Amino acid sequence: MKLLQEQTQKLKIGESLIIQTASRLLIPFIQLFGLYVIVHGHYSPGGGFQGGVILGASFVLLALAFDQKFSMQYMSEKTSGLLANTGALIFVGTGTLCAIFGGLFLHYSALDVLIPLGPIEWRSFGIFIVEVGVGLAVMSNMAILFWVLGSNGEMDEGL
Amino acid sequence: MEQFTASIIAKYNYWIYVTLMMIGFYAMIGKRNLVKKLIGMNIFQTAIILMFVSSGVKIGAKIPILDKHKALEHGIGVAGVVNPLPHVLMLTAIVVSVSVTGVALAILLRIYRKYGTLDEDEILEKLGK
Amino acid sequence: MKALALFTTLVTGAVLLYGTMDFPAFGDPQSPASTHISAYFIEEAVHETHVPNLVTAVLGDYRGYDTMFETVVIYCAGLAVISVLRRKKSDKEDSRS
Repeated sequence: MKLLQEQTQKLKIGESLIIQTASRLLIPFIQLFGLYVIVHGHYSPGGGFQGGVILGASFVLLALAFDQKFSMQYMSEKTSGLLANTGALIFVGTGTLCAIFGGLFLHYSALDVLIPLGPIEWRSFGIFIVEVGVGLAVMSNMAILFWVLGSNGEMDEGL
Repeated sequence: MEQFTASIIAKYNYWIYVTLMMIGFYAMIGKRNLVKKLIGMNIFQTAIILMFVSSGVKIGAKIPILDKHKALEHGIGVAGVVNPLPHVLMLTAIVVSVSVTGVALAILLRIYRKYGTLDEDEILEKLGK
Repeated sequence: MKALALFTTLVTGAVLLYGTMDFPAFGDPQSPASTHISAYFIEEAVHETHVPNLVTAVLGDYRGYDTMFETVVIYCAGLAVISVLRRKKSDKEDSRS
């Protein structure tokens, strides 16, 4: 705790010490909860969109409590663009793989040729892969939207 | 008259959506500030999302998350589970609404960069000279 | 101008309320929205996909195209925001055009 306080005092940016320390403590748990919402989407309310938005909100909180440059140390502009591309590619790539291996587009049972899990289990697992892709794309796009809009396009200190 | 009031009470939910929609619509066409127009558009979208989600409601039904083993063995009664289709449609509609808001805010910032104002009349004045 | 806007809004609301006369009542299990294909989803989705959350099953499997283009939509939104707004800090002075 003392170390956290010293670290935040040294930075001299953003909001007051209480807000900075509290958000530093909270953000790992927010991100863990976002991952849980994505992964547990089969059995509880949740899924790619909701979990991605929670993950993106953690970066928004970091940018609001400290400053935008500080939050971009953790996910730079290039990385976020790359993650958005990866998410969209995972989704489209899964559909295309299904088409290549003899099914229809996005018909996950066709992937049974690759790893024999059974066609019905593959439909469940294919939904999971697709949700991870959606979560990545939504997370990075939320962060991009906030960063670009908040700093008027300059990607520096921001709000 | 009694029949009329009974029909209103049976369909009171539509009055809520129409009122919300009217607030948003008035903000879209009556206000002169572009940001207020955008907020009106968001209220309009919220009204439509509420209407779609409410169309899946069944009185006395449960949420569409089932017990897997029970469902596999005994099957599921249709009347006991809420209609999941409007939820899916509105999940995607919310994401579209976020994207539309983001792009609209970007265009508004660009307009502000160029004209220095977000008021419709002043922008038209600057365009006319 | 404001009176005209208010008048248009009220007329639109009245027309929509008139249109809801034919709509099903709140919470009706026999409404057209929950009789045709949604009954099939509720009965068969768990057997066909082994996913207990019906919303996820419909979102990821039966309506996969919809979700795919949803991802493309939000990707395009990020792309559009960057291309409309992004600028380098060095040319701040002459970026008024």
